Amino acid sequence: MTAQDIVYVDNNATTRVAPEVFEAMVPFLTTEYANPSSPHPFAAAPASAVVSARESVAALLGASADEIVFTSCGSESDNTAIRSALETQRGRNKVVTTVVEHPAVLTLCRFLEKHGVRVEYLPVDSRGRISLSQAREVIDEDTAIVSVMYANNEIGNLYPVNELAEIAHERGALFHTDAVQAVGKVPIDLSKTQIDFLSLSGHKLHAPKGIGALYVRRFTPYSTFLLGGHQERGRRAGTEAVANIAGLGKACELALSHIGEEQTRVRAMRDRLERGLVASCPDPLVNGDPEHRLPNTLNICFRYIEGESILLRMYQAAHICASSGSACTSGSLEPSHVLRAIGLDYRSLHGSVRFSFSRYNQESDVDAILETLPGIVRELRALSPFGRD
Amino acid sequence: MWNYTDKVMDYFLHPRNVGEIADADGVGEVGNIVCGDAMKLYVKMSPDGRTIADVKFQTFGCASAIASASALTEMLKGKTLEEARRLTNQDIADYLGELPEEKMHCSVMGSEAFDAALKDLKAKHPEWEVPVPEEVEEGAERIVCHCFSVTEGEIRKVIRENHLTTVEQVTHFTKAGGGCGGCRDDIQAILDDMNGQQARAEETTAPAPSNLTNLQRIALIQSVMDTVIRPGLKADGGDVELIDIDGNDVKVRLKGKCAGCGAALQTLKHWVEAKLREKVSGGINVIEVK
Repeated sequence: MTAQDIVYVDNNATTRVAPEVFEAMVPFLTTEYANPSSPHPFAAAPASAVVSARESVAALLGASADEIVFTSCGSESDNTAIRSALETQRGRNKVVTTVVEHPAVLTLCRFLEKHGVRVEYLPVDSRGRISLSQAREVIDEDTAIVSVMYANNEIGNLYPVNELAEIAHERGALFHTDAVQAVGKVPIDLSKTQIDFLSLSGHKLHAPKGIGALYVRRFTPYSTFLLGGHQERGRRAGTEAVANIAGLGKACELALSHIGEEQTRVRAMRDRLERGLVASCPDPLVNGDPEHRLPNTLNICFRYIEGESILLRMYQAAHICASSGSACTSGSLEPSHVLRAIGLDYRSLHGSVRFSFSRYNQESDVDAILETLPGIVRELRALSPFGRD
Repeated sequence: MWNYTDKVMDYFLHPRNVGEIADADGVGEVGNIVCGDAMKLYVKMSPDGRTIADVKFQTFGCASAIASASALTEMLKGKTLEEARRLTNQDIADYLGELPEEKMHCSVMGSEAFDAALKDLKAKHPEWEVPVPEEVEEGAERIVCHCFSVTEGEIRKVIRENHLTTVEQVTHFTKAGGGCGGCRDDIQAILDDMNGQQARAEETTAPAPSNLTNLQRIALIQSVMDTVIRPGLKADGGDVELIDIDGNDVKVRLKGKCAGCGAALQTLKHWVEAKLREKVSGGINVIEVK
């Protein structure tokens, strides 16, 4: 079995490193190994690689290069933004977020609660949508920061972050968005929004794992999380991971030039898969908000059967790699907090499968899933004691 | 991604004995769709009621749940009820080579399904000699874990049959404690009860001076607080006040920088309590009062 045989539709989990990205990294893993902070001319190439990568990241976001801070991952960016706001917004002791955030935000919020910070979790409806009027009620003069994801990793919902940023600012609060799943998949222009902080992660857009970035709006008060050296203009200590940063810069360049393809070709593959599965598998349930959803994500439940079984049989049949919100795939014994938050009934809750595409997918991948999955659903339902009434 | 043995994958991908038996002599049903796994086991006996003639199953669950159920059906066929009754969840896991510990609850579901089938057999066929699983467990029907509806009897059974010693293991084998976690203390109490008092006994016969009177003990605690603990905390701008001593519970109030410090609980448990255990008695618990 080789990587060519893999039908990889798990791009919200991670993506393959683009060949161009790999090429852009190689010099800094081989010959150009100087520390960009060093005074000698040998440091010029790595230093200028960091500069141009920062410009590429900024260009993808509609930001300025000086608004970009490189971090190690999306989680670090999230932690930095939220902790920074609590530090700088003295006298304000509340965080407003949602019940469907990534654990990078939720676990931090639970931790902060133990230390006396008040956290309000906005609920979602059965399509995973939050209510702006509810947000207006909850965001108040005590709120230091509002943190709402740009797009949900499991169901793909896009959230009204621009409106939320405005509401937050009306109340004097800062606004952060975890955009790890959105960057590179939907056009983002931060120059037209009031968003203060935006987190992104390299490995979700064909850069390697271990690199992230935090956008910090110019003039937004900021407090450094990782203390130490003067790197990133004192905003994040640690010697620059030059190769990873160069990789992220290249990945952002590529993402900018392919952003149209995400809305057209990638979306078309996702839509064809959705139509095909709904037509060929009885009793399907597509999760999320069809009106406001990432173009690459399909989350679908097959009632009466369990997600891990579906995934393992899909891999066995055609090396299909997808993901599931079932308890058994996580090892946590509880199914996905997102699917529970949208109030899925128990017949459906354990049988969710998430397909997430990238520009490296082909129509043949959709064919492989459509050829395989309906039979697997039939077989597993024949094994199940439920669903016969 | 779980590391399943080839045999688990084989029994998952090619399950044996799937389906229903319309005229089954006994049917055992365990788990439910809320919990994420469930199993129905159909048993058909030989005409004289002595040996198991046929077994079929239906399972809703993950790969290891399906494999465990399928393995169980093969293991049961041809056995007498007495032989079959002696099979444990560990036998199912062994038959499959190995199950990841986090998935042992799948094998437990198999043995519970057979216990349920035996009860049904007994009810439907009073004329046969059906060895019913004895319910000698203390508080057997009491629900300990409400998230996954696990009874004390089920927990005691897996602890006994698998020699479990930690709450985490009990969670892997029964799921109990794996939801909200509210019952973990309860599970620990059951473990303590079953695994004897030795663990706690070791803890309480610490290096401390023994045979202290109550007054001596209180004086010693006060002295350790004043000469060791408070100077240590003061060095970091904090302080602590002794409020009360009730048996092994030492109640303290944090002051100075310690009050409201995020790491204070860690300090209390890992340093203040450890010091008192070392200098006074191994059984001491430090409790913060606000």
